[in-house]
Amino acid sequence: MYIYDEFDRTFLQERVDEFRDQVKRRLDGELNEEEFKPLRLMNGVYLQLHAYMLRIAIPYGTLSSDQMRALAHVARRYDRGYGHFTTRQNIQFNWIKLEELPDAMADLARAGMHGLQTSGNCIRNTTTDQWANATPEEIEDPRLYAEIIRQWSTLHPEFTYLPRKFKIAITAAKHDRAAIRVHDIGLRLHRKDGVTGFEVIVGGGLGRTPFVGKTIREFLPRHDLLSYLEAILRTYNAGGRRDNIYKARIKIQVHEIGTEEFTRRVEAEWAQIKDGALALDDAAIDAIRAHFKEPDFEALTDGPAELEAAKTNPDFARWYANSVAPHRKGGHAIVTISLKPVGAPPGDATADQMDAVADLADQYAYGEIRVAHEQNLTLPHVRQKDLFTLWQALDAQGLATPNIGLISDIIACPGLDYCALANARSIPLAQDLTKRFADLDRIADIGRVHLNISGCINACGHHHVGHIGILGVEKQDQEFYQITLGGKANHKAKLGELLGPAVPENEVVNVVERILDTYVELRTSKQETFIAAVQRLGIEPFKERAYAAR
Amino acid sequence: MTSPLQQKLKITGPTVITANRLTDGVVVWLTAESGWSDTLSRAAVVSTPDDALRLLGIANADENHAVGAYPARVTVADDGSLAPVNLRERIRVGGPTVALPGAAA
Repeated sequence: MYIYDEFDRTFLQERVDEFRDQVKRRLDGELNEEEFKPLRLMNGVYLQLHAYMLRIAIPYGTLSSDQMRALAHVARRYDRGYGHFTTRQNIQFNWIKLEELPDAMADLARAGMHGLQTSGNCIRNTTTDQWANATPEEIEDPRLYAEIIRQWSTLHPEFTYLPRKFKIAITAAKHDRAAIRVHDIGLRLHRKDGVTGFEVIVGGGLGRTPFVGKTIREFLPRHDLLSYLEAILRTYNAGGRRDNIYKARIKIQVHEIGTEEFTRRVEAEWAQIKDGALALDDAAIDAIRAHFKEPDFEALTDGPAELEAAKTNPDFARWYANSVAPHRKGGHAIVTISLKPVGAPPGDATADQMDAVADLADQYAYGEIRVAHEQNLTLPHVRQKDLFTLWQALDAQGLATPNIGLISDIIACPGLDYCALANARSIPLAQDLTKRFADLDRIADIGRVHLNISGCINACGHHHVGHIGILGVEKQDQEFYQITLGGKANHKAKLGELLGPAVPENEVVNVVERILDTYVELRTSKQETFIAAVQRLGIEPFKERAYAAR
Repeated sequence: MTSPLQQKLKITGPTVITANRLTDGVVVWLTAESGWSDTLSRAAVVSTPDDALRLLGIANADENHAVGAYPARVTVADDGSLAPVNLRERIRVGGPTVALPGAAA
């Protein structure tokens, strides 16, 4: 866990006081809406269909148990008893009253939380692998660099009014769980000749005009991280389009001037500043590292007797096989908590569930929790000997659905049920899909499938990179859904291909089922995953079957 | 269901002016008395662009009570009751179409 110091705490309190004054002046009529709107957005406050929505930053997806309890408190005290975890590792509350927002923010600030950098044309919350500092795959904890970026970007005077919002993601593992190639900047930590550095990927993104990012530097020594990011941001800030909101993201700039020219501009800018104040020395990196409190891991060995005995319970064994991953420390494991039970809105958790997860984190996981961009939670450091007891407790809270990575582990935006920008609903469709695919044996047989739903072209549900992507559109006041196949968000990121005409809402589940039936029929073996079959066969066989019965 | 804020003012039938209440974001409608109500049935109904623009002007001048005002189509039943025309407005009137997780605090 990163432990805030006095500077951070004072800063947050000052921002709360500032916002309290801004809200008061708005309610008193001293500020009009045009003046107030950018101020509330800078604090993560949106106005949605039915109410204000508060988006709270969860830097690099890491929460302490006390912070989770603070979220539960906000859900109960100021909202309607639940929150929605997002694809950017944040949480949103949907029913906050403007007049109560300053109090909610004060309560959050006491737990070191806030809504800064969750809205507006600034550098947003940097996201990373939810298995950071736990998985044996990674070369270093990427959150260290995410925190360095946070400190550099928060209140950065040059980058508070960028042409458009700006999202950075980092991974340090070979398997990319942070979708870095569909971010404005993706950073992949790796080693070259014994030196730690980054592959720098720029210009990825989803939304109206999706692109997979381009690598502009294969290796950037870690000491140059901030100066190089500054050079990229300056290049974007100077040349990014401000005349058209739909063409204002860096991906459009990179696309329009070309990767080569964009890289040339970045390198030229970097040459001017690389040895300046932003150069990171080991002392600076170590100072940040010192703020991350390493769990006091017990010395344990893999495969304790308690775990081996528990595996005779078939329900536990199923969950263990699905939701538990290896840890870098002997005798420990990574546990993913599904927020996708059958029939529930993906990513939602009640205040009681948040409190339960906080308590379980304290009891079994060194008090640490992560949020995954797939809208699930993770306990990154669980003692293997406690897995059975933990599973029982999670199951009692409806948090042990063994569907991680399977068809019912759906990413979905809030859609038209909440969002002012949406064209169609996402949640009811996700609910219907989880009901159709409720049979655990069946979904285990189908295997790994990522199904992502967005309620509009802004693509908060990452539909472009779903193995099956679903995009809600509106035709004459009716909901229709476009379906794409073959998208991937991992280290081999790819945008999905449109299957055919949009289908009406009441046919989507049947179409998805026919697509999956086609896969089961045509796969070479159970070892050939859905996405591998789509790559081998192309979309035609799926298209033929999907539309055949209509 | 394209966001009303992105639409041109096009009045093709009975229309009300809707917005969100400043203090809590609750959906409200402009009444015939130029006030705001959180009940659709109390909304003032107009049928011409000129009347809609006039009401919209009243609404926008009162942004210290309600924000983001725009015209929304409604149907008027024989008994005078009002109903929203499209799904977006139906959701604004009735709330999310899905059950909210857990019990309200």
